[in-house]
Amino acid sequence: MTETAKTGIRSEEDFLKVTRSRRNTVWSGLGAVVLIVVLYRFPYFVQPGTTGIMIQGLIVLTLASMWNLLAGYAGLVSVGQQAFFGLGAYFVLIPAMHGVTPWAGLFVAAIGAAVCAVPLWWLVARLRLGYFAIATWVLAEVVMLVIEQISSIGGGTGMPLPGLIGYNPAVLTADTYWAALTVAVLAIGGVYLLLRSKVGLVLTAIRDDERAAKSSGVRVGLARMGVFIAAAAGCGAAGGVLAIEQLQVVPGTSGGVFSVQWTAEMAFAVIIGGIGTIEGPILGTIVYMVLQQTLQSYNAWYLIVLGLVAIAIAIFARRGLWGTVVDRFNIRLFPVGYYLWSPGERRGRRRAATHVVR
Amino acid sequence: MAWVNAIIQGLLTGGLYALFACGLSLMFGVMKVINLAHGDLAVVAGYIGVGVIAITHMPVLWSIPVVVVLMAIIGYVLQRSLIQGALSRGELTTLIVTFGLSIVIENGLQQFFTANSRGLGVGDSFITASFSIGSQITIAWLNVIIFALAVVVLLGLQQYLSHSKYGRLIRAVADDREAAQLSGANYRHVFGIAAAIAFGTVAIAGMFQGMITTISPTLGTETILLFAFAAVVIGGLGSLWGTLLGGVVLGVAQAIGAQINPSWEQLAGYAVFLAVLVIRPQGLTSRGAQA
Repeated sequence: MTETAKTGIRSEEDFLKVTRSRRNTVWSGLGAVVLIVVLYRFPYFVQPGTTGIMIQGLIVLTLASMWNLLAGYAGLVSVGQQAFFGLGAYFVLIPAMHGVTPWAGLFVAAIGAAVCAVPLWWLVARLRLGYFAIATWVLAEVVMLVIEQISSIGGGTGMPLPGLIGYNPAVLTADTYWAALTVAVLAIGGVYLLLRSKVGLVLTAIRDDERAAKSSGVRVGLARMGVFIAAAAGCGAAGGVLAIEQLQVVPGTSGGVFSVQWTAEMAFAVIIGGIGTIEGPILGTIVYMVLQQTLQSYNAWYLIVLGLVAIAIAIFARRGLWGTVVDRFNIRLFPVGYYLWSPGERRGRRRAATHVVR
Repeated sequence: MAWVNAIIQGLLTGGLYALFACGLSLMFGVMKVINLAHGDLAVVAGYIGVGVIAITHMPVLWSIPVVVVLMAIIGYVLQRSLIQGALSRGELTTLIVTFGLSIVIENGLQQFFTANSRGLGVGDSFITASFSIGSQITIAWLNVIIFALAVVVLLGLQQYLSHSKYGRLIRAVADDREAAQLSGANYRHVFGIAAAIAFGTVAIAGMFQGMITTISPTLGTETILLFAFAAVVIGGLGSLWGTLLGGVVLGVAQAIGAQINPSWEQLAGYAVFLAVLVIRPQGLTSRGAQA
């Protein structure tokens, strides 16, 4: 996991050393593997009800990771991700109506949502920030209105999901959980690999200073389009998981798959956890889950509290909970930046890091 | 004749859309703030109206100025506190804060007032009063009043910004905040006044929305914000005259769509919006850099 790129500045080798992280990331990598294995074993230890709650959390985790990629790295503040979420649900429903198992439908959901993202991107590519935000919201509304016109897939009322009848409920919950976990792991792993690749460097450059990136020859538009499509795929897969979990697909803006509340939840989770970090959405989702479970008997109060916390964090602690942790302890579980070692500095020596490129 | 009727009704509805869009356009023009809570604030105005009428038992028309003043005060306070705080931290923060506000308001209203829709001034005779042209076209006086009011508000505001002393100050701050401040203008106060004006127009629109049909907590995000935004984009940025035109075009497009197929009403409006976005992104009226 530790890449060591020796820079040939001056004749001395090892004078300046650049690594991905300050500490050996083998340990955090190992920790992640252990965590994933434990999470995969989860349904064997707990009640199906708890597994059901975990499924919701994993859906929000996937969505939050995608929104973080959009807003935190590509500067695309989308308020219309519910379009792809909803489309994903329908891309599981439609093949299932023709006999395809919904599990395979999850692939269709990811790919289908990504394909739909291409023409939609073309419509909003020119817009920035606030305009982009509302325009994506309008697009989500248009996608919903178009889907509601098609009566063969349930029109405005929605449809039950066929293909999973006769499943043992406990087994179905466990299988859904594994599907949700796989989607979430792939989403976060995908974001991690993407940010470590050349694209990640481009995105970091855009995040830090768009104009400077553009003038250095970075193809900002292309990178943005890639992120928009990738995020659509992730949100689509998450929508597919929701269709399987609820065993139905209901359109509509209040309570349905096209509700803006989905985007609210993913955005608030990202802001609370820490925007522009991979760890942030994970932490934010945990906060979301805790709030939602604590306040679940008070209807939508969890969303009100979540919104208020997000507003407070956006104003007073812009880097979110994880950002605060990073500032204090300089830990990174997913090293996507670089660390520049000053001459003579050795690994393991505890010193305030001053040369971190995030 | 049915088509003529549809177009006339759409034109009049467009006046209400323009009133909704006015505040959005103004706040973007002056503070560069896209207020995602804009639609919900209109709904809040409607509910304040419900409260004012319930407490004072005044006629609905008399309650409008009260609500406008209350909303203007809320606008000034909100701008000076929350929105200014977000603005000074960047555009992403502003979007998050207004989006958060939108979700908080919508769900808060649902908790306190249930999801049921409410009408304003139900039973008042002037709300149902109408006149007929020929045998097939019936026009409600209320719609005519709203359209006239929209024209007066938008064009009046345009004139105010162009020619009055304070309007010039607002434009100066909008053009170059630092330069205006160096010349002695307190830009935060000016922003507050602009927000107060924007919220005042939103209050008028919200009250009339409650009179024409009904208001409900989810209305703000489901239609008002998106219609207002579509009107602003269709009309072209930075011109209140364009916003009026945009509202009318949106209203007529929706009416024509509904005439073809009742379920195409909203789609037809958005189709025009998308067409403008692609073909003429600067809007129908590209001229004009005011507000």
